[in-house]
Amino acid sequence: MIALFTILQVAVAVAVGLLCVVAGLAGRRPSDVTVGGMALLLLLLIGQTVAAVIAPFAGNPPTGSLLEFWVYLVSALLLPPAAVVWALIERSRWSTVIMGIAALAVAVMVWRMHVIWTVQVG
Amino acid sequence: MTGIGRVLVVVYAIMALAATGRSFVQIVQDFSNAPVAYALSAAAAVVYIVATIALVNAGSHGWYVVAWVAICFELAGVLVVGTLSLTTPELFAHDATVWSGFGYGYFWVPLVLPLLGLWWLAKGGRETTQAPVAVEEGSSW
Repeated sequence: MIALFTILQVAVAVAVGLLCVVAGLAGRRPSDVTVGGMALLLLLLIGQTVAAVIAPFAGNPPTGSLLEFWVYLVSALLLPPAAVVWALIERSRWSTVIMGIAALAVAVMVWRMHVIWTVQVG
Repeated sequence: MTGIGRVLVVVYAIMALAATGRSFVQIVQDFSNAPVAYALSAAAAVVYIVATIALVNAGSHGWYVVAWVAICFELAGVLVVGTLSLTTPELFAHDATVWSGFGYGYFWVPLVLPLLGLWWLAKGGRETTQAPVAVEEGSSW
C-alpha cells in the first residue's frame, strides 16, 4: 500500500465519521454533505482497490497475507454503500449516526490493511 | 426497533462482518495450527450474526429470547476468553480471536457491546414493533 494514500483515506474516514456522528446526535438527518462524505470515502476505497491490484506488479508487494488484506478491503468496500442505502431508506437522524459509525469502522479497517501490507510482527 | 436500537444493530452487523472475515482467513490459512482458537473465532462470528438477526427481530417473542441467549453467550465468551488469553496466553499463541484481551484489538467494542445489548433488551427492546415515531420535517437546527 502507499503510505500517503493510506493516511489520506484514514483521515477522510475519521473526519467523515466524526462529522456524521456529531451531526446525527445533533438531530440532523442524512444530508448532501454527510452522504457526499460517504461517497468520497467510497471513491477513495475504489482507488485503493485499483492500487492494491496494481501495486504487487509495480514493485510494492504485500509483506503479509494477501487473503487477509482482501477480506478487509472487501469488508470496507461494503460498508459505505450499505450505510448510504440505509440512509436513503430511512431518513432519520440515526441513519446519520450509522453512516458515521460505518466510516469510523472503515478507518480502522484501512489502517489494519496497511499494517498487513507493510508491517509484520513476530 | 427504534432510534438508538438501530445503531446497536449496525454495530453488531459490523462486528459480525469483522469476526466472520477474520475467522474465514484464520481457518482457510492455518486451521491446523490452532484449531481451538480458530474454532472459537468462528463461534464468535456465528454468535454475532445470530445476535444481529435476533436484535432486528426482537419484537417477536422467539427472537427476543434468542437475542438474550446470544448476547449472554457473547458476554460470557468475551469474559472467559479475555481472562484465558491473559492467564494462559499459549492457548492463543498463534493469533488472536475477537475476544482475546477482552477485545482490545477492536477497541474493547466486544466487551462493551453485550452490556449495551443486554441493557437495550432489558429496557424493552421487544415493545418496539409499533411504527417508529415519525421524524419531524426539517432538523432541529
